[in-house]
Amino acid sequence: MLHLVLFSVFALVCIAGAVNLLVQRHPINSALSLVVVMGSLAAEYLLLGAEFVAAVQVIVYAGAIMVLFVFVIMLLNAGEEERTYGSRVSWLLGIPGVLAVTVIICWALLRSEQASVALGVIPGLHNTFGDAKSISQLLFHEFLLPFEVTSILVLIAIMGAVVLAARPEAVRESKREG
Amino acid sequence: MLPLSYYLVLSAVLFACGVTGFLIKRNIITIFMSIELMLNGVNLSFVAFAAKWHQLSGHVFVFFVMVVAAAEAAVGLAIIIALFRTRETLNIDQVNLLKL
Amino acid sequence: MTRNLHLWLIPLLPLAGAAINGLLGKRFSRTVVATVANVFCGAAFVMSVWVAAKFSSLPTLPYVETVASWLRSGNFSIDYSFSLDQLSLVMLLVVSGVGFLIHIYSIGYMWEEGGYYRFFSYLNLFMFFMLTLVLASNYLLMFVGWEGVGLASYLLIGFFFLRDSAAAAGKKAFIVNRIGDCGFLIALFLIIQRFGTLDFERVFDAVKPYAAETSGVGFLTAIAILLMVGAAGKSAQIPLYVWLPDAMEGPTPVSALIHAATMVTAGVYMVARSHVIFERAPSALMVVAIIGALTAFFAATIGIAQTDIKKVLAYSTISQLGYMFLACGVAAFSAGIFHLMTHAFFKGLLFLAAGSVIHAVGGEQDMRKMGGLRKEIPVTFWTMTIATFAIAGIPPLAGFFSKDEILWRAYQASWAYWLVGLATAFITSFYMFRLWFMTFFGEYRGAAGASHGHEEHAGHGTHPGRDESLARTGAPPPHSQHAHGHGGIHESPWVMLGPLVVLAVLSFVGGWIGIPGSLGGGNHFDKFLGPVFRATTPAVNAEHAQAGESAPPEQTTEGTEPQTEHSTEIMFTGISVAAGLLGLFLAWLLYHRRPELPGRIAASAHALYIAVANKYWIDEVYAAIFVKPLIGISGFVFWRGIDQGVIDATLDGSADGARELSDNLRHMQSGNVRSYAGWVAIGATAVIAYMVWVGTR
Repeated sequence: MLHLVLFSVFALVCIAGAVNLLVQRHPINSALSLVVVMGSLAAEYLLLGAEFVAAVQVIVYAGAIMVLFVFVIMLLNAGEEERTYGSRVSWLLGIPGVLAVTVIICWALLRSEQASVALGVIPGLHNTFGDAKSISQLLFHEFLLPFEVTSILVLIAIMGAVVLAARPEAVRESKREG
Repeated sequence: MLPLSYYLVLSAVLFACGVTGFLIKRNIITIFMSIELMLNGVNLSFVAFAAKWHQLSGHVFVFFVMVVAAAEAAVGLAIIIALFRTRETLNIDQVNLLKL
Repeated sequence: MTRNLHLWLIPLLPLAGAAINGLLGKRFSRTVVATVANVFCGAAFVMSVWVAAKFSSLPTLPYVETVASWLRSGNFSIDYSFSLDQLSLVMLLVVSGVGFLIHIYSIGYMWEEGGYYRFFSYLNLFMFFMLTLVLASNYLLMFVGWEGVGLASYLLIGFFFLRDSAAAAGKKAFIVNRIGDCGFLIALFLIIQRFGTLDFERVFDAVKPYAAETSGVGFLTAIAILLMVGAAGKSAQIPLYVWLPDAMEGPTPVSALIHAATMVTAGVYMVARSHVIFERAPSALMVVAIIGALTAFFAATIGIAQTDIKKVLAYSTISQLGYMFLACGVAAFSAGIFHLMTHAFFKGLLFLAAGSVIHAVGGEQDMRKMGGLRKEIPVTFWTMTIATFAIAGIPPLAGFFSKDEILWRAYQASWAYWLVGLATAFITSFYMFRLWFMTFFGEYRGAAGASHGHEEHAGHGTHPGRDESLARTGAPPPHSQHAHGHGGIHESPWVMLGPLVVLAVLSFVGGWIGIPGSLGGGNHFDKFLGPVFRATTPAVNAEHAQAGESAPPEQTTEGTEPQTEHSTEIMFTGISVAAGLLGLFLAWLLYHRRPELPGRIAASAHALYIAVANKYWIDEVYAAIFVKPLIGISGFVFWRGIDQGVIDATLDGSADGARELSDNLRHMQSGNVRSYAGWVAIGATAVIAYMVWVGTR
């Protein structure tokens, strides 16, 4: 019972945030709604017993990525959106298509027996599923290679971001100095 | 104890919202945020299945998705900044130099 | 002992000359071009003479040599093979001999024309095709030569291609020829279907067992009539003769060679070669004879009203060809070939001499503007006189013997043929002597300044003031049909007169090898060609077939001359000579003695004169019935309807369709990221929907 209530509350908050993201015209409002979505998703993760993932979600996603978004919005002084109609295809065909698919998927899922298996854990202090120790066991033994590769990817992304976002004059200056 | 399908339905709805946002929004940054929304929906799906089958690989995968999403967000926003410098606009409809 | 005569070399020598002159001649000087052409043609002639010398030592006739295999398809095969028998030997000598003489003549005649190398290249090409036609040992190779001479004729008629009339005449000749070739081809198809081969020996061996188709139209009659259609096209008989008068647009040596001596006789040769088939189809023979007789008379009547010297000779050629077909039609094949040979001599001479006359008067071809030329150009005059007497059938010249033999044989088949032939002989004599008198006698009626050429010649300093001027002046700008600007009537150079003299001698003595028995000769020609035409006559009924191939004495075959009919023959000979002399007298009367009479006669028989002078409007009738509707259909149905409407429309339509499609698809590449996203979403939707559908089935 408690599960259902918690799930429904956070699910509604999530969806409300997502819809708000679509509805708002100013990007900063959209960014803040996205933060709300991420927070509620973290709660959902907790309901599923994924403690580590929930923590990482809050720290990385809501705490770093969204901050980056907000910074960029402020940096570029993005204003409200203008009303331009660039593509009729996306309006006329894309949205109905997506809605239709979503409806179909939801219908299929709710009718399916396999997906009706109940799951869920009550988070407790002695939970050994989804805690940091077990995840790191997996991470550094079986998934070591992807881990290392991902770290290199992040390094490259950092360098790329710096290069791409640098001002042209700054690049020339650094070249002359270096 | 909730059926798996509830979580999956939520994931699908989030994903659909992300796609819709991608299609109807004009601001590039907002479109990026929709992408992040899609990724989050997918993450939820991963975690749900990990709970169902009691395997931690799902969590690890979510971890990697987040890392890659972070990298992608960083690079993407850098591109947007560079784009803004030259085009002075964040309207995606005006970034159409690839048209025939 | 088998000798290899290398017959294949005879056609290939002129082909080599044609190739050299055609490909490289533009860079050669005229002397070199002329030398190349004449050397190769002369070599062909020399080789023909050599082959003739070796002829008597050949063990079997016909002598066949196979050079290579051409095509094999199932049971049907054709080879490149040449054959030699008496008939092809006669044709070979005539073609190569007269052809060589005309080559020599052309050196001088065409000297001042443009495209000298092209002319000789085409002329050699024609010799190649004609020799192939004559020496071929199967119908297909003969057809190659047949088509090739048509092509050469087209090229040479339209030699002065910048003139519209010449180009149109070339087209007309080729197209009318093609209509005849259609019949020829269908005949070939029938032969292949029935006999499975086109080789002469095999076809004739297969045909020999058949009896004559005396009742109605049978298979052989169909083949024979279709062959005759082809011959009518090539040899200018009714109804396909209309191209020959127009073909006079070509240079005069071309008219002499192709349209008098050789190409037009190809039809006669083909009919003679296929005599085995014709003899077994009496209806077809009758058709041949009727066409021949009608054409002879018809063309002769047109000839009396023509004023262009070459047109008169053209209609005369059609008429004489009619004689040859009449001879073939009454199964007197060797008489037809005899007349072919003598005709080649005197008609070739007539054309060449006419060319000399035209050259002398500076390009004028209208006889009304000539006259009194016999003192100015005596050599031409005397040679042309011999030719005119020959064609009129005055003994002892060549034409007399050959024409007389035809008339005699025609009489033995039907008196109607003889009567038509006799009337034609009279008219022939009349218009030929009309030409003779108008050109050479009386007062010169041409452009002022061209007469009394001797004083002007003295002024030039290159012409001695004699009757026979030999040198030519410098090169004036090339004109069509030899219209020179250098004034004065002058004799042609000896390079042109030499062949005239040779042909004149041949026209005189050429008939002496065929003097019939009734006049005391041995008729060697007939005996020579006898083995070709004898022993192949069909049995009239079965008993004769079992009694062997010898024909009953009532049948007139080659080589047999019953004594009892000599006196009748001599009487008929006398009648035809009288007809010829009557024509001479009438022409003398009307064109020499009382030259005002023709005008009055024409005025009094006005309608008839107009009809004859306008060639009975046959060309206009053909144009109205065939040509204009065909051009109309071609324009509206084939061009506008099918070519533009269907084919072009399909292609343009598909191109337009492709363009429209790509135009519409282009909008997908808008550079607009959102529309790309939209398309991706749609695609993903479709895939997911499919997967869901598959999964929940």
